[in-house]
Amino acid sequence: MTGAPYLEVFKALSAETMLVVTAFIALTADLVSLRRKDRVERYRGVGTITIIGLLAAIIPLWGQLSSEPVSLLGGTLVTGELVALFKLVIVGLTVITALISMDFDLGRHVGEYFATMLFGAIGMMLLVSTEELITIFVALELTSISLYILTAFHKGELRSQEAAVKYFMFGAISSAFLLFGLSYLYGVTGTTNLRVMQQAAGSSSSSLLSAGLLFVIVGLGFKVAVVPFHLWAPDAYEGAPTPVTAFIATGSKVASFFVLLKVMMIGFAGMEGSAYWCNFAPGWTMLLAVVATLSMVLGNCAAIVQRNVKRLLAYSSIAHAGYILIGLIAATQMGAASVLFYVIVYALTNLGAFGVVAALSSRAGGDNMENFNGMARRAPFLSLLMLVFILSLAGIPPLGGFFGKFYLFAAAIQRDAQTFGLLWLVIIGILMSAVSLYYYLILMKHLYVIAPSETTRISTPAYVNGTLALVALGVILLGLFPEPILALLNRLVVRL
Amino acid sequence: MQVDWSIYISFIGVGLILLLPRDSKTLIRWVALLTGVASLLVALRGYFAYNAAVNDLIAATGQGFVHVVNRPWIPSLGISYHLAMDGINYPLVVLNGFVCVTGILFSWNIEERVKEFFAFFLTLIAGVYGVFMAMDLFLLFVFYELAIIPKYFIISIWGSTRKEYGAMKLVLYSFVGSALVFIGILAAFFAAGGTTFNILELASKHSFSRDLQIWVFPLIFVGFGVLAGMWPFHTWAPTGHVAAPTAASMLLAGVVMKLGSYGCFRAAMLLFPEGLAYWKWWIAWLAVIGIVYGAAVALVQKDFKFIIGYSSVSHMGFVLLGLATLNVIGMSGAILQMFSHGIVASLLFAVVGRMVYDRTHTRQLDELGGLAKVLPFACVTFVIGGAASMGMPGFSGFVAEIQVLIGAFGMSPWLVVGAGIGIIITVAYILNAIHKVFFAEEEHGGAGDSHGHGQGETGASRWSVSPISLPEKVAAVILMSLLVIIGVYPPIMLNMIKANVELFLRGAQ
Repeated sequence: MTGAPYLEVFKALSAETMLVVTAFIALTADLVSLRRKDRVERYRGVGTITIIGLLAAIIPLWGQLSSEPVSLLGGTLVTGELVALFKLVIVGLTVITALISMDFDLGRHVGEYFATMLFGAIGMMLLVSTEELITIFVALELTSISLYILTAFHKGELRSQEAAVKYFMFGAISSAFLLFGLSYLYGVTGTTNLRVMQQAAGSSSSSLLSAGLLFVIVGLGFKVAVVPFHLWAPDAYEGAPTPVTAFIATGSKVASFFVLLKVMMIGFAGMEGSAYWCNFAPGWTMLLAVVATLSMVLGNCAAIVQRNVKRLLAYSSIAHAGYILIGLIAATQMGAASVLFYVIVYALTNLGAFGVVAALSSRAGGDNMENFNGMARRAPFLSLLMLVFILSLAGIPPLGGFFGKFYLFAAAIQRDAQTFGLLWLVIIGILMSAVSLYYYLILMKHLYVIAPSETTRISTPAYVNGTLALVALGVILLGLFPEPILALLNRLVVRL
Repeated sequence: MQVDWSIYISFIGVGLILLLPRDSKTLIRWVALLTGVASLLVALRGYFAYNAAVNDLIAATGQGFVHVVNRPWIPSLGISYHLAMDGINYPLVVLNGFVCVTGILFSWNIEERVKEFFAFFLTLIAGVYGVFMAMDLFLLFVFYELAIIPKYFIISIWGSTRKEYGAMKLVLYSFVGSALVFIGILAAFFAAGGTTFNILELASKHSFSRDLQIWVFPLIFVGFGVLAGMWPFHTWAPTGHVAAPTAASMLLAGVVMKLGSYGCFRAAMLLFPEGLAYWKWWIAWLAVIGIVYGAAVALVQKDFKFIIGYSSVSHMGFVLLGLATLNVIGMSGAILQMFSHGIVASLLFAVVGRMVYDRTHTRQLDELGGLAKVLPFACVTFVIGGAASMGMPGFSGFVAEIQVLIGAFGMSPWLVVGAGIGIIITVAYILNAIHKVFFAEEEHGGAGDSHGHGQGETGASRWSVSPISLPEKVAAVILMSLLVIIGVYPPIMLNMIKANVELFLRGAQ
């Protein structure tokens, strides 16, 4: 790799660089000047620094949004519109997470908290911008390790520790699987670049490659939390501090699905097999079809019996991962666009939902469903926002979740509009949506129908309300006017 | 202001109500009422303009549609924001307006969480307007789903008798129904080339293969039929109607069930004529079973509201039967029956829920009785509504059902025999209800006391109830006059219905 284009690399990584600098500024500022201040002030201070840094990182990304795709260092680093768009999404999600965190007491390590969050965000951004196996692995580890630490941040609470340990154990094992699988791929194809691998794999059909594929699916399946690799998710979601849960459920999901999409559709192009009903053929669409079915059925059915809101959302997010896979199984341009669209909607919606839970649970004394009884009377505005988020998750129009789901299912049917080979997945998805409506409505029943045990009004800071309102507005607009972003994604995935 | 403003006005009303402080209850009620009246007036203006022009329009263009708005919404999928009106959906839009206004009047006494009630109520109204006007399958579906969720909250917050069960059952039934529709719509969309969701374009292309029609038609028809109370998918209807607060029962039985039958007509029957031809006997016989079954179950009910709940299932059977006849007179009768039953059901539920139950706090036939003396207005209202329900000449129900029966006779006389049995049972349960609730002074025994709301037997009557209030009277008079107007002078509505049904049948053959 002689004569590496350092200037180009630096330009491509300018946003990440800014975040690294911000993380250190946040650490230093907290250490030097804020340490003796009141805890609330420290959270606000460091949080503001973090948010300013993130907002500043938007500037270079905005510039890349209109740049031609470039591949540097043999695919280690790629830029272009799609990459920039998803980096922007991740930055946006991190900003909102930071805003929610400012209202949440996570102990005295304020600077460390925000810095770790920024490192996690950097990992996700790198993950989005690479087409090379080693870098994918490294970025995935950077993300995961940051998230393990964040999960454990509630130092006083046992369930936070338990969650972190579980998350770490499962995560470490999944990383091992992934690395093992990647080594097979390298062994067969002799390359770590996804695009080169596609060509090399096309000529050889070895069973080693299939084994590699299987391990990669297992490894990435852990990261996106699909059945049967989901076991960490409910505990981690429930135990982690709620803003962290929001970050795990949104930012890391976006990045992981993006990389899953890339690995499957670029690296394993030509190994799709078939997931058509009664016409199965081995390949990754068939494997993912099994995983998707299990996720939708198990995620939704297990969510019914949950009494803890965060746990319920964890199972619901497993189910949603199943829906998203339907778009991926379609393995078409429309399918890829639908996956990316849904991931954005899903992340925004879940972030909003966890944001409301974070804001309310700390004031209502817990995050069990009973704690939310009669919230519509105690905190009408946030309850209304929660209604929007939950109905979007349930797929009720005119919210983003509805259109996203519609587009996923449409992509699956479009794949084979003659014999409707993928219709069976769509039918499962739709019927499971009906199941999901049940538990979402049970949750809303606690907020809207059941009378509260105490009637004191809950007041939340204006910036939290404002942020969440903006998120809700985004969810509504994505549902009402999906065309611009849809057209953009459809244009961009052509180059995928 | 064209008729699509009925939708927008309702949404504006929701927004205004959300902005008002929750304690100014009277103001909120008035805002809701004015919203309802304004949207009704807009709809009525369009209705009469269309009624005057319908024959010329058809002579000139060969089709009965007035395109209100048609602009691209999600062009990459061929989805457009397309609202169009014809003689089929105009009566239903007007029906929605009337039920909305009278529903608000009958809800005047709601004191608990007034703001949220009317916000949900008007959202539901807006969604229903949208379904009736939408001429794009996707748009229709969007409005249809939009109308599902408010029902859950209205019933589970302000309802009675097993309200959470009733609400959840209703929502899940509608949602599963809509899931079937969704699959059917997607299949139709891609089978037609994946370029448009426009119902009229899809229908005019006739590009669906017979095999596809035969499996997609029942998906969409049953999906919508669930909401239309089609036997055996009707079981949400009685429990939902009974659990709902008065205004919501009126809306559910009066309008929401018509969403289902309208969807059957507009989406399934228009797009898949061969599927319809294949399945029409199934539909007709299921409809007849629904008519007889609903009436028979209504006959043995002990709860006043359940009687009306099951009668809705029975009457919606006439709609489905009429639609399956595939001749002008039968289908016109079906469409008119949608309107007529909408008004009848609203009226009856208003009497049961608002005039009787809110005052006596019991709906058991055994405990009621002798109400004619204390609530003469309620008695008269129920007798008129009941007469229309039985199909007495002079009321709209007669005009509608007789046409359905004539149409069905063309299909098979046995269908008419079945439906006729249903009508006879209907007479029996209505008369039984009138007798037990409003007269039958001596029968009550001690049942009322044991439940603690018999109010004792002091002097002339054991009921000491507040008199019927002004909003109730106004609303009841509006509904009753509609029944009589249509009954005495049917062409005011039948004219446009017939003209459009003829066009539909010409297109289908």
